[in-house]
Amino acid sequence: MDTNKSYAAQVARHLAIYAAGVLAVLVLVIYALAFFAGSAGSSVNGNAINIERNSITIALSEEPPQLDSTRSTDASSFIVLAHTMEGLISYDNNDQLIPGVAARWEIRDDGATFWIREEAKWSDGEPVTAHDFEFAWKRVLDPGTAAEYAFILYPIKNAEAVNQGDLPKEMLGVRALSDTILEVDFERPTPYFDKLAAFNTYFPVREDFFESTNGRYGADADMLLYNGPYVLKEWVHGASMVWSKNPFYWNDEKGFLDEIVTAYITNDVNANLNLFKDGQIVQTGLSAPMLPTAMESRWQIDRFMDGSLFFLEFNHRPGRVTENLNFRKALQLAQDPNELVYKVLKEASYLPAESLFPVWIQGLEGAFRKEYPPPQHRMNITKAREHLELAKAELGLEAFPPIVLLTGDSSLSLLAAEYYQELYKKNLGLDFRIDAQIFKQRLAKMTSGDFDIVMAGWGPDYFDALTFGDLFASWNLNNRGRYQSDTMDSLVRIAQSELDPQKRMDSFGAIQELIHEDVVIVPMYERGVSFVVDSRLKGFKRRSVGPQVDYNYAYISDQ
Amino acid sequence: MISYIVKRLFQGILTVWFIATATFFAMHNVPGDPLLNDRAVSDAIRANLESKYGLDQPLGTQYLIYLKNLSQGDFGISFTQENRQVNDIIREHFPISAILGILAVVFAATGGILFGALTAIYRNRLPDFIIMILVILGISVPSFVIAAMSQLALVSFNNLFGVTVIPVAGWGTISHMLTPALVLGLGTMAYLTRLMRSSMLEVVGSDYIRTAKSKGIPATRIFTRHQIRNAILPVVTVLGPSIASITTGGFVVELVFAIPGLGRYFVQAVQQLDYTVIMGTTVFYGAFLVFMVILVDILYGLIDPRVRLEK
Repeated sequence: MDTNKSYAAQVARHLAIYAAGVLAVLVLVIYALAFFAGSAGSSVNGNAINIERNSITIALSEEPPQLDSTRSTDASSFIVLAHTMEGLISYDNNDQLIPGVAARWEIRDDGATFWIREEAKWSDGEPVTAHDFEFAWKRVLDPGTAAEYAFILYPIKNAEAVNQGDLPKEMLGVRALSDTILEVDFERPTPYFDKLAAFNTYFPVREDFFESTNGRYGADADMLLYNGPYVLKEWVHGASMVWSKNPFYWNDEKGFLDEIVTAYITNDVNANLNLFKDGQIVQTGLSAPMLPTAMESRWQIDRFMDGSLFFLEFNHRPGRVTENLNFRKALQLAQDPNELVYKVLKEASYLPAESLFPVWIQGLEGAFRKEYPPPQHRMNITKAREHLELAKAELGLEAFPPIVLLTGDSSLSLLAAEYYQELYKKNLGLDFRIDAQIFKQRLAKMTSGDFDIVMAGWGPDYFDALTFGDLFASWNLNNRGRYQSDTMDSLVRIAQSELDPQKRMDSFGAIQELIHEDVVIVPMYERGVSFVVDSRLKGFKRRSVGPQVDYNYAYISDQ
Repeated sequence: MISYIVKRLFQGILTVWFIATATFFAMHNVPGDPLLNDRAVSDAIRANLESKYGLDQPLGTQYLIYLKNLSQGDFGISFTQENRQVNDIIREHFPISAILGILAVVFAATGGILFGALTAIYRNRLPDFIIMILVILGISVPSFVIAAMSQLALVSFNNLFGVTVIPVAGWGTISHMLTPALVLGLGTMAYLTRLMRSSMLEVVGSDYIRTAKSKGIPATRIFTRHQIRNAILPVVTVLGPSIASITTGGFVVELVFAIPGLGRYFVQAVQQLDYTVIMGTTVFYGAFLVFMVILVDILYGLIDPRVRLEK
């Protein structure tokens, strides 16, 4: 062991020379790597807002997995398609229906007619025709396509039978009478068909282009034909996209930006916030712990309901204790959503849920919940215990077996699950067993009925109360607790087909009552999002229904 | 030498086959159903989806089909990104992970050898203490913490100048790559520093160094020709597997810095039970690791003649 100083000094000098050499090599290596990276990755280094180029930069939470509109099911793809495609009807920034590709339309009790505007063009300059819709809809319902959202077209005549493979595609009740007239027959009266027609799955697809892609439709930027305000100019998978203004788009009132660059794909909220702070992206969501810092920075924080409702869904299958009404009543009475949201979850943008129908659902004139106030709920432990005793007697039980509470594996679901476990132990002396599972396994257990209570959620597909209202019809496959009631079924039938708006809305009111009286579910919370937008961007919209973020009406303003 | 390489390659292929088989059966036994989604589908559609992915076949048949495709290098179509071949996903995203990983390993190796040598020379003196404290931090603090903190530091740094000097996330240019690569390589760098230090100290006390000294060879020559060359051997040994683990283990760093690497697909595939992507990435990563180990064994022989096996 030689620690003699002169040796160390000598060697250290040598080491320094070695280090300098290494550094030089390192720089070379880095440049070489950067050269290769340049061809593999993106070189977009955007600024949140570029005034000269009239462009903005945003982040996506996930690479859009499916841009074939007939098959896409996820939020990320919906966002991209909402900017690059347009359906017959679309929404303005106040969530009102406005004409899209269809200049006007008529909805009758046995069908509908859409008159397609001649100025609507595809991104190659060809006109959008009624045939493109007929082709797209037949493709959605073709059993071979296996589209998960096929059910949303079921109001069309024979749609379900075609989708099940019982009838040929040609029997579907949709016909292009000419290039500009699209005729639809209904299976049953469907007064809300205009709202459905705005949905992603109803977007057009042009047959000759589709065939030319050889099964790769939607796989790359050049494997898609666009008819919306923007087109995909560039798509580097997993890394970035450039949406540029579609020169053939007909509407001057939409698509004010020349370019929207999605330069980042990450769902890490902190990374998004850092990108926003650094001026790289125009808006970002804020999680609860970020709010104090955001307020210190004097940002303009906005909040909106993302549309989803979360609830405890009971297993109504025979043989389960949760099949017993008194048991469910006891659980309903012994909890309080306010406590859950304000004291346990502490998410500032969430709302305690009071009904199957979220606050933003529209009624006849204004908000549905104003016109049909949900039944009052008061926590009442004494009454809850009475119901529990009744249930015990009815079921002939000495004591209740442990109740299986199925839930997701996110920290928020676990927090809520532990709250219920504690709450029902304390108030009712019930043992809850928490069964936390990954998404796909939770779905598998929900489908097979392997639970007593599941913490479930539902997000809307279209801007009508029915998107929640039909959830507990006996034939609805998403009714995973298998709730079955003739009253419910007949109410849903009215809600589906009644042409008189007043009677139709009354049925939703009755569904709301029934859900509470029969304790089909126990509402937990409505999810909200806090977010912050660059103050120079105007007209940006977050939606409860449809794409979560919408830049179709966004523009840059320095004021 | 050649027969040795051939033998190792054959063992490697056997290992990969074993990995593929084990993953295949483990994956099919993981609870959960890959075809289930938010919106329930009818039985008819379900049947069509099953036949599309061949899930309607018995497991044995699925395995055989899978092996046949694997031997042709075809991993199939992703369950979640239905328009993309798993081969394309690997081809497009692995180079990015690899570039990031190579840079991280370069950082780790140069830093580790340098600092390791330094601490050995200045043993029990101030530079040694400072570096060893940093090493302990580097080993014990998880990479997601370091990633998040360094990103925060970048934001403050940029705000100081009023312009973006170093981008906080993204991919494409050199400035995008430096921070994530450093963060990714930090743990390995710390590990290598310790390894280098101890092996340097071991070599210093050995007979041949004493002999060299007694022959009057200059200190620097002893250092470069004898000490470093001997001390570096264990470092090279762990370098191979760490290249593989760094290139494949960058998931967190890739997520925080929004880098389109393969690590993200690998982890997401497991969460979403995307069978084909799980299989594709696991077999690919497994083969990569096996290959790196073989490569290191061969390199080892080049550095140290004693290891050159005559068999």
